[in-house]
Amino acid sequence: MEGLPILTLITLTPLLGALVVLAIPRGNEKAIKLFSVLVSLIPLILSIMVWFNYDSQAATLQFVEEYQWIPTLNIKYRMGVDGLSVPMVFLTALLTVISLYYSSHVIKVRVKEFFFFFLLLEMGMMGVFTSLDFFLFYVFWEIGLVPMYFLIGVWGGERREYAAIKFFLYTLSGSVLMLLAILAMFFAEGTFDIIEMAARQPFSDNFVLQAMAFWGIFAAFAIKVPLFPFHTWLPDAHVEAPTAGSVILAGVLLKLGCYGFLRVLLPIFPQAFQVYAPIVGILALISIVYGALVSMAQWDLKKLIAYSSVNHMGYVMLGIAAAAYAGFNMSTDPALLDSATIAVNGAIMQMFTHGIITGGLFLLVGMIYERTHTRDLKAFGGLGTKVPFYYAVMLTTCLASLGLPGLAGFVAEFMVFRGAVAIIPLLTIFGVLGVVVTAAFFLWKVIQGMFLGPLNEKWAGLPDMERYELLCMAPLIFFMCLFGLYPVPILNIMNDTVYNLLHTLSLMIGG
Amino acid sequence: MENLVTLVPLIPIVPLLTFAIIVVFTRRNNKLSSYLAVAAIFISFLISMVIVFNAVAGMPHFAEEPAVHLTLLRIPTGATTLDIGVQIDPLTVALLFMVPTVCLMIFIYSIGYMEGDPRYSRFFAYICLFATGMLGLVVADNLLLLFISWEVMGLCSYLLIGFWFEKPEAMWAGLKAFITTRIGDVLLMLGMVILYSQTGALRFETVFEGVEHLAQTNPNLMFITALLVFGGAVGKSAQFPLHVWLPDAMEGPTPVSALIHAATMVAAGVFLVARMMPIFVVLAGMPALAWVAAIGAITAFFASTIAIAQDDIKRVLAYSTISQLGYMIMCLGIGGFVAAVFHLITHAFFKALLFLGSGSVIHGVGTNDMMEMGGLRKKMPYTFWTFLVGMLALAGVPPLAGFWSKDEILAIAFVQNPVVWVMGTLAAFVTAFYMTRQVCLTFAGEPRNEDIHAHESPPVMYVPLIVLAVGAALLGLLGVPADFPVLGPLLGNNPFHHFLAQQFHHWDYVHLPHVGFNASVMLISVVMALAGIGLGYLIYGRKPLGAGQRDPLERMGVIWTLLRNKYYIDEIYRATIIRAAIGVADLFLSFDQGIIDGIVNLIGKLTERWSWVSGLFDTYVIDGIVNGVGRVTSAVGQELRYIQTGRVQNYMIMVVISLLLLVGVFLYM
Repeated sequence: MEGLPILTLITLTPLLGALVVLAIPRGNEKAIKLFSVLVSLIPLILSIMVWFNYDSQAATLQFVEEYQWIPTLNIKYRMGVDGLSVPMVFLTALLTVISLYYSSHVIKVRVKEFFFFFLLLEMGMMGVFTSLDFFLFYVFWEIGLVPMYFLIGVWGGERREYAAIKFFLYTLSGSVLMLLAILAMFFAEGTFDIIEMAARQPFSDNFVLQAMAFWGIFAAFAIKVPLFPFHTWLPDAHVEAPTAGSVILAGVLLKLGCYGFLRVLLPIFPQAFQVYAPIVGILALISIVYGALVSMAQWDLKKLIAYSSVNHMGYVMLGIAAAAYAGFNMSTDPALLDSATIAVNGAIMQMFTHGIITGGLFLLVGMIYERTHTRDLKAFGGLGTKVPFYYAVMLTTCLASLGLPGLAGFVAEFMVFRGAVAIIPLLTIFGVLGVVVTAAFFLWKVIQGMFLGPLNEKWAGLPDMERYELLCMAPLIFFMCLFGLYPVPILNIMNDTVYNLLHTLSLMIGG
Repeated sequence: MENLVTLVPLIPIVPLLTFAIIVVFTRRNNKLSSYLAVAAIFISFLISMVIVFNAVAGMPHFAEEPAVHLTLLRIPTGATTLDIGVQIDPLTVALLFMVPTVCLMIFIYSIGYMEGDPRYSRFFAYICLFATGMLGLVVADNLLLLFISWEVMGLCSYLLIGFWFEKPEAMWAGLKAFITTRIGDVLLMLGMVILYSQTGALRFETVFEGVEHLAQTNPNLMFITALLVFGGAVGKSAQFPLHVWLPDAMEGPTPVSALIHAATMVAAGVFLVARMMPIFVVLAGMPALAWVAAIGAITAFFASTIAIAQDDIKRVLAYSTISQLGYMIMCLGIGGFVAAVFHLITHAFFKALLFLGSGSVIHGVGTNDMMEMGGLRKKMPYTFWTFLVGMLALAGVPPLAGFWSKDEILAIAFVQNPVVWVMGTLAAFVTAFYMTRQVCLTFAGEPRNEDIHAHESPPVMYVPLIVLAVGAALLGLLGVPADFPVLGPLLGNNPFHHFLAQQFHHWDYVHLPHVGFNASVMLISVVMALAGIGLGYLIYGRKPLGAGQRDPLERMGVIWTLLRNKYYIDEIYRATIIRAAIGVADLFLSFDQGIIDGIVNLIGKLTERWSWVSGLFDTYVIDGIVNGVGRVTSAVGQELRYIQTGRVQNYMIMVVISLLLLVGVFLYM
């Protein structure tokens, strides 16, 4: 492990792979597919190595790589991971492998371009999770946009062009504000280093500037999360994207926003964040309740799941807002610090589990759509006897998503509630009520609508899951159960990092 | 005990593993799956019995330590950890006696009852998971594990109530059960996170220590938290106003009804309140406990009245369960911890017996409708006699189990709260009446439907009935009041009470009333039970209903309609809460598409318009200027061409004129 630039390898292998894909002759689709899947296994293996070699007790940045890049502007190529990013890197690698493997069975047109863009996308996502320099961060952040634009726009559904452009412009307008804020910070502090920026606390003597920078960066991340009312790109993009695209959108791209909140906003602007935490918390609460209710009103399976993401991301933001609100008070109150740590642990856990669960849900939607060419929940009925495997997998995943204890989603939600209730009790109490609605729409609309009741004769010949489909779902189900019953490994990875982060920032505001 | 506690995790884990094994490996082999399931619960049963006997023998232990613990997981929470484990304490032991025993009987019975079902293996997998939930709940040493088990049971009830999911009624009943109990679960979860954040732990003992402080610093929060926890019990134990799911749960296979109504699920709510007793009594004046008593008493009475007017054999029992759970909750609400747990245990035996008996009847006649039955006494003798034992126990006829446990509750109520006592006594009368009605309609007289040819069930079904009947008859003797003449001292001075009363010794603020034997209360309750039975016999027994005859109670008119329609509570919920929720969801959807996305699209449109306007400006104004400049230049050039004559003289003249002009201009300035 020593000396091996493992994070660079994780980030750049997909790029290399993408270039090689370009070189493979167009007609040789089999080779393109096989090669892409194999290439994506490399980051997965490396990310597992990172997970097991990461020293969670040390709780510092590890596997750090640093090279001068543009010395005149003090821009460095700096990478590293801590307890925040290790789970995210693994999640990205895992979902990419599954997406590529699934796509290799279902993508029939423009195969070469598809896999090229997908690998490029992986590089962008990995880069965001591993880079520690704003310039690098921003570059990767924007790189990820382009392939997703094409994935939606070329391989998407009927309204793909509208959705792709909406997605692109929405995200871009957020990033522009972030870029301005980054530049402002650079001119004030003369560095692009994210970690150092946190230590320097830019604009700490000028709250107006601090607030402007905060909201600028907030816009970029809140759109990505997405936080109400910036969420309307999400249902369109998720619904129109091809299955693998939806998996990555929900599984990873949304997490980029949450990750940004934890990596950038919380450590760099704790003061402004503490002041504005009630606003963020209220938006989170609205996302929870509103997302759940709008989800319940849907009859399109994919849209329903898309809106459930708004609800689930609301829990992440509730946890983060709670920690931000505790802010400086944590320096004197160890119980409060613990509560905030639990809330943020829960938020990260929710990021991970939502990736696994909702990624799985979108795969399952894709599978049924491939067979029936409909997503209308009124068009099914009684499939439970016809496709028992599919029913069992879908039921498990839905139960995980609605937060059934024993499956991973519950652990995350419980921790968010536990942490947040000690800090922002009222918002939390209303937030918990969203749980009833999620249970209602998953069981009523999805499970009951699709599987229960008398069989709709139209689907009498519906084939059950195939081997490759089961293989795609198996790791996801495995992690839902594992972290539902035994969440200790993943919590150990993040706990000390989060604790140190919050402890440091509480002292920062105090001082 | 310290060594034995290491066995405790196995009690829920063995059925859990069996669930997994059936699902993954043996699901195609029906016989093997069912045997595995029975073996699993039998192992749990054996381990439980070992623990029960050791605990009872080593009783002094609990005088020193409230419980014996085994920590299984440590979850990091900042600088602290959250410990998850199991424990043995008197309450756990009491439940470990009842739950596996009743479950074992139900499992064995299911082998016969589910015969020929296309999803036979799946059924056994589900009930294994169900047992896991209940056993996990009983052995948990903290609220989190309790809650997880609690929800696992919720899931199983969803799956099992909707087991025959092709039937729309079954599918809706499953959904209703899950969502209704989920409302309670969410309240419980809130209560749990508040307790956790206020006391810094979830282990029961630590919570009980912590709430003492909380009660002093923030009594309002303490009160609300206690109510939130109770909310969970209201959902799970089907108390008013969240009772609506339980009668519909009859859509599931009958062994499931027995499982849900007797040994598991609904028992969990009562268990929770019993387990968390200290948080209800910690506040001075015990306001939370008063709520518990009120909800329990209301439920006990009102559910028993509905049971009078039902024709479905299982629905009668369902409302009876709700009513009996009301008894237990009400008893906890007046501080009768031991009596409530005692009734929980005796009730589990006789209610499981009654449900399995009704299942045997349904198995024999193929319908749930008691109006189609009649005259089964001779055709199903085992079923009849065991059912009769269950009925008498439930009605509170001495010396059966239900008599002793119900009487203890009424004795406490008499001392603690006369209103509760009146409600309870009235409910006892109604209970005796509707049970007599049920037995008469089902077993007495002649068959009302000629097409039904009833037959006795196989031994695999009626042997468990006999075992449960023995329990329903004799278990009460463990709890005969110590000061009951002759019998009390003879039976060891109420060993059950003696054992369970140690439960909260270690918390000074928990003062539970101890009420002895009260002859007049006992006499009144016996008279009430006999009066109920007598009235029932007069109406239904003396002259059993013939074919096509209407229920004599229909003469009650409006009251009958009201009772038959369960006070229209389902209809009220459908017209208000459910409608409102769906309405709001639809409203938000239109808001999302119309307003929010409308604004987004408007911005998009405006930008487009703006760029179109910019385009026009560009084409006509900017480009116009540029082109205009060009055009002017060229036009000027065109004109100026004419002065380009090529004659030097003309040029010279122009130079001179220009010079003069310039000089003039400079001089002027």
